Amino acid sequence: MRGSPRGLARVVLPPVAFGAGFLALWEVAVKAFDLKPYFLPPPSAIWGQFRENGTLIWEASRVSGTNALVGLIVGTMIGVALAFVIARFRVLNELVTPLAIALNAVPIFVLVAVFNNMFSITSEVPRRLMVSLVVQFIVLVNVTKGLTQVLPIQLELMRSYAASQVAVLAKVRIPNAVPYLFTALRIAAPASVITAFVSEYFGGAQNGLGSRIVSSIAISKNAAAWAYVLGACLLGLAFYVIAVALERFGTPRGARG
Amino acid sequence: MNAVEVRGVSKIFNAGRPNAVPALVDIDLTIEPGEFVSLIGPSGCGKSTQLRLIANLLEPTTGEVLVNGKPARQARLDQDYGMAFQQAGLFDWRNVAKNIELPLELKGWDRVRRRERALEMLELVKLPEFADALPWQLSGGMQQRVAIARALAAHPPLLLMDEPFGALDEMTREHMQDELLRICRETSTTVVFVTHSVPEAVYLSTRVVVMSPRPGRVTDVIDVDLGAERDVETREADAFFKKITEVREALRGMPTADDRPRTDR
Repeated sequence: MRGSPRGLARVVLPPVAFGAGFLALWEVAVKAFDLKPYFLPPPSAIWGQFRENGTLIWEASRVSGTNALVGLIVGTMIGVALAFVIARFRVLNELVTPLAIALNAVPIFVLVAVFNNMFSITSEVPRRLMVSLVVQFIVLVNVTKGLTQVLPIQLELMRSYAASQVAVLAKVRIPNAVPYLFTALRIAAPASVITAFVSEYFGGAQNGLGSRIVSSIAISKNAAAWAYVLGACLLGLAFYVIAVALERFGTPRGARG
Repeated sequence: MNAVEVRGVSKIFNAGRPNAVPALVDIDLTIEPGEFVSLIGPSGCGKSTQLRLIANLLEPTTGEVLVNGKPARQARLDQDYGMAFQQAGLFDWRNVAKNIELPLELKGWDRVRRRERALEMLELVKLPEFADALPWQLSGGMQQRVAIARALAAHPPLLLMDEPFGALDEMTREHMQDELLRICRETSTTVVFVTHSVPEAVYLSTRVVVMSPRPGRVTDVIDVDLGAERDVETREADAFFKKITEVREALRGMPTADDRPRTDR
């Protein structure tokens, strides 16, 4: 069914219809209850602001998006490297993994306030550092799982082939971990965008989407703030879609994970 | 030269610790080339442990295991045997041919020769059109056939199997038994076969080794003289049922696994 035009319509149509209906209801509600613009602007006003400030939103998206992307790439590389070290040493795994999971459960992005103190006020480094830190944990936990949770029978087979540890790593552990890496990226991509935005709330240069939202609200330009929110949503969505697409291409059909 | 020689082997898990478990005691077993030997017994009798000692996946606590006249470790390093388990254990990121090629890859064969042998093996297990299929596209019986093809890819003189048909339904199972006998005949492979099933052991084997738990040991060795060619008629012959009864009686009176926690493997 999926893939045929009719099947595609069945998948796409309901959420699109729901979204359009929701926007219409919003517009009508603002008019009908005469809601003040500082309380809730109508979608039409937000769209107007979005088009009017298109260049500014694009610029701000580029700043936040670059921070998210750099953090995502660096964090993934460090996460993968750490996963290899941890998978190699069992004791380390038992030591670090619970810690990584626990740290992942607390909002560590508040650390950016501390990082801001370490670098100059206009530096993007603290934000990128923060994103990479969040991404690292996600990648680390998942890839370590992929490298270590190999079927015992596959290890016995490799032993029966007199395979070296390097061969076991190259032919079993790494291929086994690939779907886990893509799963991690699917989680980490939106997280990197969110972290990049939130990091901007803790000071530093006023050039990203997060700080634009804050400053627009500060000068009571509510519809403009919402327009930046819309930009933020689109950026987050773009990251997610790219991560899902990577997962599709990177994992053979039917493989685990 | 014997295919397998097990001399005075004992295996104690956690030896020297309070939770020590004697899995096998004083095992002597000699298997000649071309034999098909089944190890049968209740759970906990150490039959899988025995197989893993021959495969050198485990080291014996005392005694000595020779495979092809060499120490088991050397035989493993030389890939003198192939192995198949209850789970097919195919690598799901490799297609069928690539799965069969894996042991050859590790032996350093070149691409062309590997591919050629993989196709030849697929011919042998009657799955020639599935070379490029992925494991999940195959049924359980087909996956198990690929696992057997992989085990035999390097043409090892010895095949070690641990309940390879345990997860298959009865019909597929009987079909696979016939296929296995045909393949072993065509390749003149020696087989050591672990099973729970008395009819399976009798149908396949030239010799059935009956084992008993607590501690694991060999209690009986029964020759099965049903001839080299076995088929549907063998399954319905009186001699077949007589042998089944003989093995059953050898197994009877043994304590079963329910009386104690599992120590198998």
